Amino acid sequence: EQTMSYQGKKNIPKITSERLLIKGGRIVNDDQSFYADIYMEDGVIKQIGDNLIVPGGVKTIEADGKMVIPGGIDIHTHLQMPFRGTSTVDDFSQGTKAALAGGTTMIVDHVIPEPGSSLVEAFERWREWADEKVCCDYSLHVDITHLNDSVKQEVLSLIKEKGVNSFQVYMAFKDLYQMSNSELYEIFTFLGEHGGIAQVHAENGEIIAEEQARMLEMGITGPEGHVLSRPEELEAEAVFRAVTIASQTNCPLYVTRVMSKSAADIILQARKKGNVVFGEPITASLGTDGTHYWSKNWAKAASFVTSPPLSPDPTTPDYLNTLLASGDLSVVGSAHCTFSVAQKAIGKDDFTQIPEGVNGAEERMSVIWDKAVVTGKMDENMFVAVTSTNAAKILNLYPRKGRIAVGSDSDLVIWDTDATRTITAKTHHSAAEYNVFEGMELRGAPMLVICQGKIVLEDGNLHATAGTGRFIPCSPFPDFTYKRIKARKQLAILKAVPRGMYDGPVSEFSPMSRGGTPSASTRTSPTKAPLRNLHQSGFTLSGPEEAPIRPAGRRIVVPPGGRSNIISLS
Amino acid sequence: MSDSQSKCSTAQYFLCSKNCYVRKIPNQPRQKFCGMFCPVEGSVENKTLDFDLLSSGKGRVIQRQKDISKPRKVEIRRSTGKEILQNLNDEVRSDRLLIKGAKIVNDDQSFCADIYMEDGLIKQIGENLIVPGGVKTIDAHGRMVMPGGIDVHTRFQMPDRGMTAADDFYQGTRAALAGGTTMIIDHVVPEPGMTLISAFNQWREWADSKACCDYSLHVDITEWHKGVLEEMEALVKDHGVNSFLVYLAYKDVFQLTDSQIYEVFSVIRDLGAIAQVHAENGDIIVEEQRRILELGITGPEGHVLSRPEELEAEAVNRSVTVANQTNCPLYITKVMSKSAADVIAQARKKGTVVYGEPITASLGTDGSHYWSKNWAKAATYVTSPPLSPDPTTPDYLNSLLSCGDLQVTGSAHCTFNTAQRAVGKDDFTLIPEGTNGTEERMSIIWDKCVVTGKMDENQFVAVTSTNAAKIFNLYPRKGRIAVGSDADLVLWDPELTKIISAKSHNLAVEYNIFEGTEVRGSPLVVISQGKIVLEDGNLHTTEGSGRYVTRKPFPDYVYKRIKARSRLAELRGVPRGLYDGPVCEVSVTPKAMTPASSAKTSPAKQPDQPVRNLHQSGFSLSGAQIDDNIPRRNTQRIVAPPGGRTNITSLG
Repeated sequence: EQTMSYQGKKNIPKITSERLLIKGGRIVNDDQSFYADIYMEDGVIKQIGDNLIVPGGVKTIEADGKMVIPGGIDIHTHLQMPFRGTSTVDDFSQGTKAALAGGTTMIVDHVIPEPGSSLVEAFERWREWADEKVCCDYSLHVDITHLNDSVKQEVLSLIKEKGVNSFQVYMAFKDLYQMSNSELYEIFTFLGEHGGIAQVHAENGEIIAEEQARMLEMGITGPEGHVLSRPEELEAEAVFRAVTIASQTNCPLYVTRVMSKSAADIILQARKKGNVVFGEPITASLGTDGTHYWSKNWAKAASFVTSPPLSPDPTTPDYLNTLLASGDLSVVGSAHCTFSVAQKAIGKDDFTQIPEGVNGAEERMSVIWDKAVVTGKMDENMFVAVTSTNAAKILNLYPRKGRIAVGSDSDLVIWDTDATRTITAKTHHSAAEYNVFEGMELRGAPMLVICQGKIVLEDGNLHATAGTGRFIPCSPFPDFTYKRIKARKQLAILKAVPRGMYDGPVSEFSPMSRGGTPSASTRTSPTKAPLRNLHQSGFTLSGPEEAPIRPAGRRIVVPPGGRSNIISLS
Repeated sequence: MSDSQSKCSTAQYFLCSKNCYVRKIPNQPRQKFCGMFCPVEGSVENKTLDFDLLSSGKGRVIQRQKDISKPRKVEIRRSTGKEILQNLNDEVRSDRLLIKGAKIVNDDQSFCADIYMEDGLIKQIGENLIVPGGVKTIDAHGRMVMPGGIDVHTRFQMPDRGMTAADDFYQGTRAALAGGTTMIIDHVVPEPGMTLISAFNQWREWADSKACCDYSLHVDITEWHKGVLEEMEALVKDHGVNSFLVYLAYKDVFQLTDSQIYEVFSVIRDLGAIAQVHAENGDIIVEEQRRILELGITGPEGHVLSRPEELEAEAVNRSVTVANQTNCPLYITKVMSKSAADVIAQARKKGTVVYGEPITASLGTDGSHYWSKNWAKAATYVTSPPLSPDPTTPDYLNSLLSCGDLQVTGSAHCTFNTAQRAVGKDDFTLIPEGTNGTEERMSIIWDKCVVTGKMDENQFVAVTSTNAAKIFNLYPRKGRIAVGSDADLVLWDPELTKIISAKSHNLAVEYNIFEGTEVRGSPLVVISQGKIVLEDGNLHTTEGSGRYVTRKPFPDYVYKRIKARSRLAELRGVPRGLYDGPVCEVSVTPKAMTPASSAKTSPAKQPDQPVRNLHQSGFSLSGAQIDDNIPRRNTQRIVAPPGGRTNITSLG
């Protein structure tokens, strides 16, 4: 138990002080742990060390050697997400309260512009919603749900003026959000040039649509149809494709919601080959599995519906925790997106209509502690890395966030490694009736949470205030991701081979494609375009009769070292 | 005969009796180099050389064998029995052949025995065979006799924008036979808009009139609609086709979408055929081509720069995924890179029914030549997927071929002469694609795999012939030396060495991508349809003698596993009580702004609806009273499931 005492005068008001001192804590960063006191003022860490000289009127927290870690960053939430005229049950207030209760002091939410609408307008709308309600600092990813030139301009202004540096594209949700490979290439190229991070929702939407139709035809309409129509291979395939395109375009890639072993394996292999790719497992994929889709309780089964789905393979969480511990997966989000049972019931007769999303903002830190640290997979420093520091580095928030250092924001958590709690919907801070971790006993919990230099959780009591959170802008070209990208850009300059002009015979050919097919431009149809009257072609195998007509403006240039006879047999 | 010539004489043939062969000497479009028929020392009285042939000047031996220390001996002689009379007027070659003292090499074992063939079939195998008189006998002297090679991938005479591949079915099959291949499977490429059947008939017509060895046909699916489905059915049922190729590349020409591929694969599985894919990501290639051209790179190096091997591996991975989903056997044509081969190897480890086909070019050379200063030479290597610039690729692919991760080898023989290639002299995307390899295929594999100890002779037979026959349901008629099998055989000389060169190859093109490569291992005698078509480097082929070989669907080798999985893959829904809790009210109609998305294909999230007035939504977070005013339809009954009704809205 930490004790609280007030130094100096006794008549300090009981409101949370702007000045805080944590004494006797073990500071745990992602690189090392050490004992020191921390003095905070105005929401910023001012001093770290022993025997600090602090002004009077400072609230002191005795940490008694307990771990003090940087507050968690939940890099993926969908709070207050609009859905067909309603919205998710956890709004920015409810959602950030749940996050704070779990030791997370910053969230990064996804802006989802309606396809065809303005990205900037959607961003502003989300800002408005969030500013009014958030209880902790936040930042925003913007999802690109359609593509045209004005979208690119908007992306640019979001990067340059609005403090957004990460954009998600969808490879699933056909005819809605899904992007074609060419569009992905275009977006990745653009983001790579302007210092953004490309996030992908990786699932093959085309095949999912086919599989969904098949499932429904077979009469499978329940939530099990959701996972049956989205096998993990389709997730892995899309990850593979995204990695390929990102590698082609030299753009940093961030795979949201890594839900299966196969998808994680692809990321692991890509990283081994040197790709700049980050994988984000979520609380649900680390803490539970997809066997619940077969629950006889429809509402329970439906509460697990999210995309990509939880894997029915019960060994998945352990595997993902291992890869997280080894550094092959980089960050953990919650993808917190909760719907009430009544909302989920929209899909009671058709699983494709069930609104998707699971809870996890509150449970995130504890699930990882319990599954990865208690089991000895990772140490406390790695725990800090995957729950906070890596996210801050990827989004260019480091070291303001994600580190306990002088000058950093005073978002801190005193972590109680011995605490044990049982997760249940009866006591969680989310508004949802179900909790996908229901009944799970987890070791490790926050004992005290400090957000913006204020104590927001102590003794299990939340003192969060809606609207106090600030929008934290993310600047482009984060060093953590772009140092390598920049180096590669310099290497990747391609050069043509200097050759003498070919001056031999040239065959006759018909460059136009035939009438039957829709006009394929010569440019995009690189090669074969056979013709019908092949036998009547004027071309003979014995050799062309006429010399090619050289355009008058062209000169045959002699390459250095003399002109090579370019049609001679070598 | 000079000394040097007699020294370099490698295969000394003893042609017994006079006029054993009257060769039909075809019109060779080009004869680049002619050696001399080397004399034979110690000729026996009853064996004479065919001097007529020698003096004709046309049918001379193409001397390719060099550097042979000891003379090789193969005796072909006429039986001296009485029956000789019946074959005296021997205008056509004998239909009865006996190979004595052969080491028969199948994919499973090697053993010594004699082989007796008649009417193009193997009739007897064993020792001391009782054979009729008038039989031509080949003395193998313990040399290997193996099933003739099957080149699973050729594109002879292929049309391309009004041009035609330089090697037609005659020239192409001749080259194949010269290399020890006695059957080819060519690709029918229907131009989009053309029916599959009419394209198939067109190819049949071309091949029937010209092919010198047996052949079969794959049909490429270049577009997808209902009519194509019916044609595929007809091809499988009436025309003996059991393999279809789809393209993941050639955007706006041949390329199909993932959904279309899913549907094609489903049809292929139902028909019992094999799904072949040309695996490259066409979308990204188009983007890269544009970028490369914008950079001012127009030469053949642009071809490989715009088609990096990752795009090949990606497409292989995607097709494996779709094949798994549809439970359809998959066959990857032209495995050109390490990454693509790795994806196949991994998929096989996970149990996918997938086969990989490296080609002669990817096994024998690499893509460094795209940077050749000689444009014409660089252009000769242009094929898709491209040869990998990584020079360790051939060795890697040969290793995977040896360990069974890759199964069959084709040549993807599709040759264009320099003038044809020059169509793309200012823009690499216009260069017609394809490389040679049908003649060199067997020797390259022997040299790279068997000589190096990666595989043994049996595995050699497997990857050059047997596996192909099994996958495409030709086994054991093809791909095996057994009684009843076709008499397509090769007498293989493992020590024969030759240097591949455009000067001596049997092709119509000016370049050979293996130019200057010295390979060990070559056919000494090739027998196709029971007739000797190659001996002593001399080809005795007959234009149009090749037969179309039909292939039945559901090859056991491929479909046993697929069938078992089909039975397992039945999915069932969970029997549940009807959900009778509250249902949230939502707007169903999509907003006017979004393009019409059908309910079926847009699975999950409808566009966030009236985004603006969200705060005024009637839905409240506090409870579920919202359904109170929704009238329950009276046709719905709440069914109690067996074991009592679960309270499906209760917690936990």
